[in-house]
Amino acid sequence: MIVRGEDKVLVQGITGKQGTFWTERMLEYGTRVVGGANPKKAGITHCGVPVYASAREAMADGGFDVSVLFIPPLGVREAALDAIEAGAKGLVILTEHIPVHDVMYVLAAAREGGTRVVGPNTAGLVTPGECFIGFMPAFTGSIFHAGRIGVISRSGSLGTLVCLNLVQAGFGQSAFIGIGGDPIIGTTTREALETLDRDPGTDAVVIVGEIGGSMEEDAAAYAATMTKPVAAFIAGGASPAGRRMGHAGAIVIGDKGSYASKHAALSEAGVSVLDTPSDVGKAMARALQH
Amino acid sequence: MNFEEHAAKPLLAAAGIDVPRGRCVTTADEAARAARDLGPVIIKAQVPAGKRGKAGGIRPADGADEARTAAAAILGMDIGGHRVERVLVEERAAIAREYYAAVLNDPPSKGPLVLFSTLGGMDIEEAARTDPARVRRATVDIRAGFDRAAAQGMLEGLDLGDEAAAVADVLVRLYAAYRGNDAELLEINPLAVTEAGGLVALDCKFALDDSGVKRQPDIAPKGTPERLTGLEARGQELGLRYIELDGNVGVLANGAGLTMTTMDVVRHRGGRPANFLEIGGAAYTQAKPALELLLSNPGVKSIVINFCGAFARTDVMVEGVIDALDELEPTVGMFFCVHGTGEKEAVAMLKRRLGVEPFDTMDEAIQAAVEAAR
Repeated sequence: MIVRGEDKVLVQGITGKQGTFWTERMLEYGTRVVGGANPKKAGITHCGVPVYASAREAMADGGFDVSVLFIPPLGVREAALDAIEAGAKGLVILTEHIPVHDVMYVLAAAREGGTRVVGPNTAGLVTPGECFIGFMPAFTGSIFHAGRIGVISRSGSLGTLVCLNLVQAGFGQSAFIGIGGDPIIGTTTREALETLDRDPGTDAVVIVGEIGGSMEEDAAAYAATMTKPVAAFIAGGASPAGRRMGHAGAIVIGDKGSYASKHAALSEAGVSVLDTPSDVGKAMARALQH
Repeated sequence: MNFEEHAAKPLLAAAGIDVPRGRCVTTADEAARAARDLGPVIIKAQVPAGKRGKAGGIRPADGADEARTAAAAILGMDIGGHRVERVLVEERAAIAREYYAAVLNDPPSKGPLVLFSTLGGMDIEEAARTDPARVRRATVDIRAGFDRAAAQGMLEGLDLGDEAAAVADVLVRLYAAYRGNDAELLEINPLAVTEAGGLVALDCKFALDDSGVKRQPDIAPKGTPERLTGLEARGQELGLRYIELDGNVGVLANGAGLTMTTMDVVRHRGGRPANFLEIGGAAYTQAKPALELLLSNPGVKSIVINFCGAFARTDVMVEGVIDALDELEPTVGMFFCVHGTGEKEAVAMLKRRLGVEPFDTMDEAIQAAVEAAR
C-alpha cells in the first residue's frame, strides 16, 4: 500500500500521548488527518480534528480512507474490526506484542472486508513530499526526500537508516512501506514488492529484510520476474540461531529463516544483496545507469 | 515460550484428548514408586529439546527396579545442552499404529494450519518428503473455526479404517486447545492407535505465543523459561532484550533491525560483536541502564553506539548514554553514529558534554570500534 496525500486518515487512539504527538507531526507534514476515535472521548476536538466514538461513526460522518491504530496490544482486535466494518480501505497497525491469534483474526476479517492491512509492529508508511502515517521521521529532510526508489522494510530504525543512505547518495524515495517485524503481517514483502512494481513513480526497489520466516524467499520468486532493479539488505547474518532478535519474527529455527537461505534466494533471483546498508547508494546508481 | 511434555499434556487432557496416565518425578526412587503404581512404563527425559529418544533419554521399564535403573541413567544426562532434572513416568500401552497431528500459526496463509499425517513418529517435513500422499494440510478461517466436517474433509482418502471418526474428533479438540491457549504450535507426535482401540497422545509439544503470555496467566508459569546468562537475566529484569555473544565489540542501537545490522557490519569489518542490545520502541528512555549492562560485560573492549531515530528520539537516548558515562567513567572506547529524530540536539550534546563528534556513517564508527578492540 502506498499512502497518498489525498487519502483521508483516521487516528484510532488519537488522545493518548503517542497518538497526540504523532497526529501533530502527521498534520504538520500534510497528512490529511480528518478525525480520531476514542469511545471515551467522543465529541471533543483534539489536535484540531473531531473525535468519534468509533470508526463506524467517523465513516458515517465525514468518511475516511485509512485508519492508523495507536492502540495497546489487547485492544487492537476490537479497534481493527471496527475500522474494517466501517469499510476502511487501509489499516496501519503500529502496535507490537499483539497476540498472534488476534492478528490472524483481524487479517481474516480484513480479507473479507476488502481492507488492506499494513503491520502490525510497523513504524508506518511514508510518501515523501505528500504524507506519512505512523511514527516515521518523514519530516527530516536528510532521511526522506521525494524521489523514485521504493523501500520495503521489516524494521523502522533500519529502514530509516537505508532511507538516509539513499538521500546521502543523492536519491529520494517514491514510497517507504514499513511492513512490520511480526511473524504474521497484513502486507508481506512480496505483496509490497508487487505494489511498487506496479507503481509508475517507482524506478527501483530496496528490500530491507531480516532473518526469520520465508518472506524474503517468497519475494525473491517475484523479483525474478521484474524488470525494475531490486537491491536487498538482510539483517541478522551475525545473529545466533534459536534466539528471538528483538522482533517476534526475527528468529532462525533449525535452518529455517536463515540468512544463508535468504541471501541465496535473492541472489539467484538477480537481486543485488548488500553487505552493509551503506552500499545502497552505489547499488542503486549502478542499477539505474542502464 | 516452549513447554516440556509433562506441562503440555494436561492441555490435551483438558480438551478431552486421551493421554497416558503418568507422573513427573525428579528422583530414581520416585520413578520406581510410580512404576509400581502404573505397571509397564516408559520413562522420558523432560527437556525443551527434540531427539530425546536418539540421545537415550527415553527408555521402557517393567517393574520398580527397572524403572529405578532407567530413571537413574536418564536423570543428569545432557540432551541438546540441557541437563535432565525431571523424568516423566508413563504407563506403556501396546500400539497398533502411529499418526501425527498438529495445529500451528502459519505465516504464508496468515492463519491457523491443521496438519495430519499417517506417518507418526516422523517430523512433518520428513513425512512430506517420504510420502506426501499421507500428509494432509488444512488452512482455517480463524473466525469460522475448525469443526468436525472440516476435519473429516481433510482426512478424506486416508485409510484410517475404524479410527476415522476418532481422528476427526481429536483434530477438532486439538484445534480448540490451540485456540484456547494462544498456541503458536500444538503438536501430537505420535498420536497412537492402541491395540485395544482408541487414540492416545504419546507426546505433545506446545509453544505459547510470547505475545499471548499476558492473557494466559494460568498456564504461562508452567512454561520453560528461556535459558539466560546472568547478564541476559539482568537485561530481562530491566525490560531490555540483551543477548550475550562471545565477541569484544559492544553494540548498543535502537530497534531490532538496526541492532542486528550493527552486529553484522562489526563482523563484516573483521570484528566480533559482544552482544545484541536494543533500546528501540518504548525502551528508548532506557539508554542509561542499557549502557551500564553493556559495560558490566568484562569481555567488551570497545562500544559502538548506533542510533537512527524514528519513534525513538536520539537526543533522549544520547542523554541517557552520557549520564551513564558520567557515572561509570569507563575506559573502553566509545564510537558514535547518530541520525534521525532529535539528531541536531543529540550531536550538540555529545560535543558539549563529551567533546565527541559522532562519525558520519555507521561503517566508519564500526571500523574504529573494531580497530580499538584489537
